[in-house]
Amino acid sequence: MKINSVLSNGKVVSQSKAKLKTEAVNLYYGSFQALRNISLEIPERAITAIIGPSGCGKSSFLRIFNRMNDLITGARVEGRVELDDINIYDKSIDVVELRKRVGMVFQKPNPFPMSVFENVAFGPRRHGKNNIGELEDIIERSLHQAALWDEVKDKLGQSALSLSGGQQQRLCIARVLAVEPEIILMDEPCSALDPMATLKIEELMRSLAENYTIVIVTHNMQQAARVSDMAAFLMMEEDRAGVLVEYGPTSELFTNPKDKRTEDYITGRFG
Amino acid sequence: MRAGAVSKRRLSQRTAFSLLIVATIIVVLPVLAIGIQIIVGGADAISWKFLTQAPSQAGKAGGILPAIVGTFYLMLGTIIVALPLGVMAGIYLTEYAKETWLTKSINLAIVNLAGVPSIVYGLFGLGVFVLLFHFGMSLLSASLTLACQALAMTVTTSREAILAVPREYREGSLAVGATRWQTIRHLVLPQASPGIITGAVLAMSRAAGETAPILVVGAAFLLPGLPQSPFDQFMALPYHLYTVAAHVPGMPKSTMWGVALVLLVVVLSFNVLATIIRLRARQRRLNA
Repeated sequence: MKINSVLSNGKVVSQSKAKLKTEAVNLYYGSFQALRNISLEIPERAITAIIGPSGCGKSSFLRIFNRMNDLITGARVEGRVELDDINIYDKSIDVVELRKRVGMVFQKPNPFPMSVFENVAFGPRRHGKNNIGELEDIIERSLHQAALWDEVKDKLGQSALSLSGGQQQRLCIARVLAVEPEIILMDEPCSALDPMATLKIEELMRSLAENYTIVIVTHNMQQAARVSDMAAFLMMEEDRAGVLVEYGPTSELFTNPKDKRTEDYITGRFG
Repeated sequence: MRAGAVSKRRLSQRTAFSLLIVATIIVVLPVLAIGIQIIVGGADAISWKFLTQAPSQAGKAGGILPAIVGTFYLMLGTIIVALPLGVMAGIYLTEYAKETWLTKSINLAIVNLAGVPSIVYGLFGLGVFVLLFHFGMSLLSASLTLACQALAMTVTTSREAILAVPREYREGSLAVGATRWQTIRHLVLPQASPGIITGAVLAMSRAAGETAPILVVGAAFLLPGLPQSPFDQFMALPYHLYTVAAHVPGMPKSTMWGVALVLLVVVLSFNVLATIIRLRARQRRLNA
């Protein structure tokens, strides 16, 4: 297994500032506890991977950062979740404003059933940008950033559903970039894609990490090893609640895991 | 022995198929018979005069224009009230309401609303719109009464159409910082609208065919002209059919069938319209 260095983007990750921070976070769905006592700091302008076996609460954990769990009746978060040292679960927080700063890309590409242009324009339009010239600039910039511009510049008016799966996923990334977030959450963004499309997304993630804080959930350990700077290993305990087993720079976690369970998982002994 | 077993199995298979075909024919036959009877019996009555003149001699002569126009007014009045209310209730119940015993019983009530006999709506309309609100025996009272009945359908179809919009779309929209209302307004409703419109058109065609409720809230047997305001009485095709068939002695048969034919064409054309809308929406989804 090829493993990238800690400093794959030329930065000392451990020294960069924490963009996101969780402190003793518990997540409940009704009476079921999905996550227990998770504390970690996610560095700015780097890629942090959340890995772990199916059902350990990786996606639930990711959805804490843009409060997507709010949509589920009975979901409840305890502890602190901070973005730039501000508790995002505070009553004064505007969830809509939060989600503008913390974008999300989903497991299955979910372009809207409208044109490529309108897909990317969707966010800016909702935030009151309706000037067509301004929108054109935003769309070109976003599609460039998402490495999709050259492929779609002649079919901006076509339905987004006519694009290939990989293009659709990059379009969804462009849609998020168009609202100029600071953080991008990615929930297994490549699990529905073929290896070539996956490679493109991974390259894209590396280039985006220069300007954005990226948190990615993946059950593909090679992917975590290839793209991430930091890695967190989550696991289910006996009551099915997810706990954080180990967290550290990706190269350390993969070459020299401190916890026996991490070692068993990454060497493929279970999961 | 073996060959005998095989042929026995074949025989039982053939018997089963024959029975199914016979049953299907029995089901289709009455529909065909009704259609043929109405077309053959009514075709003679259809003329320009029949469609554009007011009736005379208790409906034995003249045309049925006031009944045709009255029916269209009814459909229009019904949908103007029932569609926006139905869509708004549908949005609330699917997107906003938390699942409590209250919303559960509201849903149950809406489902049961569809099962209430139509004459009961008529009596309700008489009590509330005609008498309590003093709208009188009028087009307005009848439209509101039929709208109450149509609500069950518009709420249900709106709800189903909204629920059919994939959750991924909603999440994608919320994830770029759209509000819930923006998500509904710009993503969910455009996606759900073919389903909503189909339901609305079907509700209109059902309103066109209702006889019992309008009987007690404002339908008139014979009017020389068209209604001039919502507070006027009106004629309607199904009620006209009922009176000319049951209450006027010496009525020419062809006139009765003629009224039935016009009513059938109105109702069927709306059903066809609903089908076209649904098919075109599906086509668009497939091409997209």
